[in-house]
Amino acid sequence: MHIVVCVKQVPDTKIIKINPKTNTLDRRSAPAILNPYDAHAVQEAVKIKKAIGRGTISVLSMGPPQAVAVIKKSIEIGADRGFLISDRAFAGADTLATSYALSKALERISKDMPVDLIICGKHAIDGDTGQVGPGIARRLDIPPVTNVIEVSELNESEKTILIKRKITDGYELIQAQVPCLLTVEKEINSIEYSPMPNMMKAAKYEPIIWSVNDLEDVDRTQLGLKGSPTIVGKMFTPPKPEGGKRLEGNADKQIEQLMELLNDKKELFVSR
Amino acid sequence: MMDEYRGVWVFIEQNDGKIEGVSLELLGAGRKLANKLEVPLSGVLLGYEIKQLSQEVISYGADQVYVIDHEVMKDYRTESYMKAVINLAEKYKPEIFLYGATSNGKDLASAVATDLSTGLTADTTILDVELDKRLLEASRPAFGGNIMATILCKKHRPQMATVRPKVMKALEPDPDRQGKVIEERMTLKEEDMRTKVIKIVKDVTKKVNLADAHVVVAGGKGMGDLQNFQMIHELADTIGATVGGTRDVVEAGWLPHEQQVGQTGETITPKIYFAIGISGAIQHVVGMKNSEFIIAINKDPNAPIFDVATYGIVGDALEIVPKLIKEFKEARERGGEMSYV
Ligand SMILES: Cc1cc2nc3c(=O)[nH]c(=O)nc-3n(C[C@H](O)[C@H](O)[C@H](O)COP(=O)(O)OP(=O)(O)OC[C@H]3O[C@@H](n4cnc5c(N)ncnc54)[C@H](O)[C@@H]3O)c2cc1C
Ligand SMILES: Nc1ncnc2c1ncn2[C@@H]1O[C@H](COP(=O)(O)O)[C@@H](O)[C@H]1O
Repeated sequence: MHIVVCVKQVPDTKIIKINPKTNTLDRRSAPAILNPYDAHAVQEAVKIKKAIGRGTISVLSMGPPQAVAVIKKSIEIGADRGFLISDRAFAGADTLATSYALSKALERISKDMPVDLIICGKHAIDGDTGQVGPGIARRLDIPPVTNVIEVSELNESEKTILIKRKITDGYELIQAQVPCLLTVEKEINSIEYSPMPNMMKAAKYEPIIWSVNDLEDVDRTQLGLKGSPTIVGKMFTPPKPEGGKRLEGNADKQIEQLMELLNDKKELFVSR
Repeated sequence: MMDEYRGVWVFIEQNDGKIEGVSLELLGAGRKLANKLEVPLSGVLLGYEIKQLSQEVISYGADQVYVIDHEVMKDYRTESYMKAVINLAEKYKPEIFLYGATSNGKDLASAVATDLSTGLTADTTILDVELDKRLLEASRPAFGGNIMATILCKKHRPQMATVRPKVMKALEPDPDRQGKVIEERMTLKEEDMRTKVIKIVKDVTKKVNLADAHVVVAGGKGMGDLQNFQMIHELADTIGATVGGTRDVVEAGWLPHEQQVGQTGETITPKIYFAIGISGAIQHVVGMKNSEFIIAINKDPNAPIFDVATYGIVGDALEIVPKLIKEFKEARERGGEMSYV
């Protein structure tokens, strides 16, 4: 069983700052982390490998050289090995160009060791799109199953996998043929403490780094900025809502006014 | 050959024969774009035994509906839906194609965009067109919602976007509205499918349905602690409202995640929204600003929540909320004229 997890390095949007003058991201303000959903994706691969009792977990990332950090982090969680594709030709990619580049790397990886399962995060917290996973699945012509909350059974001989997929008001139980691609929600598992040997392995680990020349049959017009149909037209601060009115006086006065206002709006309380 | 592409399309998501709200909202938004571009608005309706929903699609603003009614399409699956949608788009060439940003809508749009080699903007909250170049301007929150970005797709068609539920407005349905229903054939066979939906389990234990609540009492970190937060529940109980909260409250464990309002929670448009002890961070505000009547209670007169509130009360929630509860209870006891529940 060979599982490949796609992991992305992202700025921590919880503490991100925007330069109000230029409307751009102040990169120095935001430490780079492993996309939280991808951490759960790696953890799920570890879980599956443990359940089966054998297998290989590879992680794959596209990004600048410092993205090695998220591969090391994945090794800590329990991945066996990592690949980074890093090249100026990949820079400025939108989701379409990203899924193209990653699928080319996946083709190269599977040449040496056929891939049974690909796991991605539900979305990356910087782009927030969730489009790369299904995009990769299409390019490799394998079925995607998004929003996965549980992998309940993997039948190696039948080559099928049983998955719970979150939908708006519940879940679906889906049976898919392997190979397939899953994108996972956070609730699929909780990140376990990394065992000491993993930490030690990660500290020394050096992933395989490929440039565009290491990939085969690449159509360069589909890479990076050139291969990206979408562009950012403009950035702006969200329109300010109209300023609201204030109620005046002490607490009792204000409550009195509010009760009057609500009495006028009584019809709003009635069910649609 | 971009000029070959004409018309605005909306993917109509239906579950169990019921059209999702976001699809109706998109028909409203799509209508405006189609009018500006002077092209027809079409719905794309897929499923099994769903033909009869076409009239509803038309009544909400579509000029025509492409329907594929086939057993393979009974439950949503990327494989079958994607193939159907790609065939339609290649045959009829729309210039704009909108999907609801639901699990299924996003899943479908991502797969379709890959095969059509076109751009897709995720989680759009503002839609417009630039008439000169017939460009879709899809704006969405970026970098954790701190800023908006307008995404353009200049050289590829169709221009595609997923749009967040509850942001656009549906039109009043007009049952007499006329439109064309175009039935398309489908050659897919169940044997060729690599995924099967074994069963669909609806979560009936979920008591709280924020999205449908008409009155919401939401509390923030300003309530201080879990014990004080019970006041929020009490106020909600008193007036028959549903409880919501901020992400900070959810992270503190005062409320389950399904009750979080905002960018990474629910986007809601209740009739009345109480924001109590909530600062009004942009990520929260995007989830509730379209509520009809917003009351904010905060002790900081400069809290940004007051910019969104219809009426603001500057004061200590721990003092004001108990008084409000008392007022409402008394009002109810007086009966008739002010019974809210
Ligand atoms: C990527 C991202 C996504 C996010 N998604 C969401 C989301 O979906 N939903 C969401 O809510 N947040 C979200 N956030 C977090 C958001 O930025 C804010 O941190 C959060 O909304 C603040 O919650 P709060 O208003 O409860 O707390 P605070 O910001 O701490 O505000 C508490 C307020 O209570 C007031 N107060 C204190 N004591 C009292 C009192 N006794 N009486 C009255 N008022 C009092 C204070 O003046 C203050 O204004 C997100 C952030 C990021 C980066
Ligand atoms: N540059 C990248 N390198 C590796 N994986 C990626 C990259 N970008 C996206 N992914 C994968 O695709 C998922 C969805 O990303 P996105 O579509 O950008 O929201 C992520 O959770 C990752 O698993």
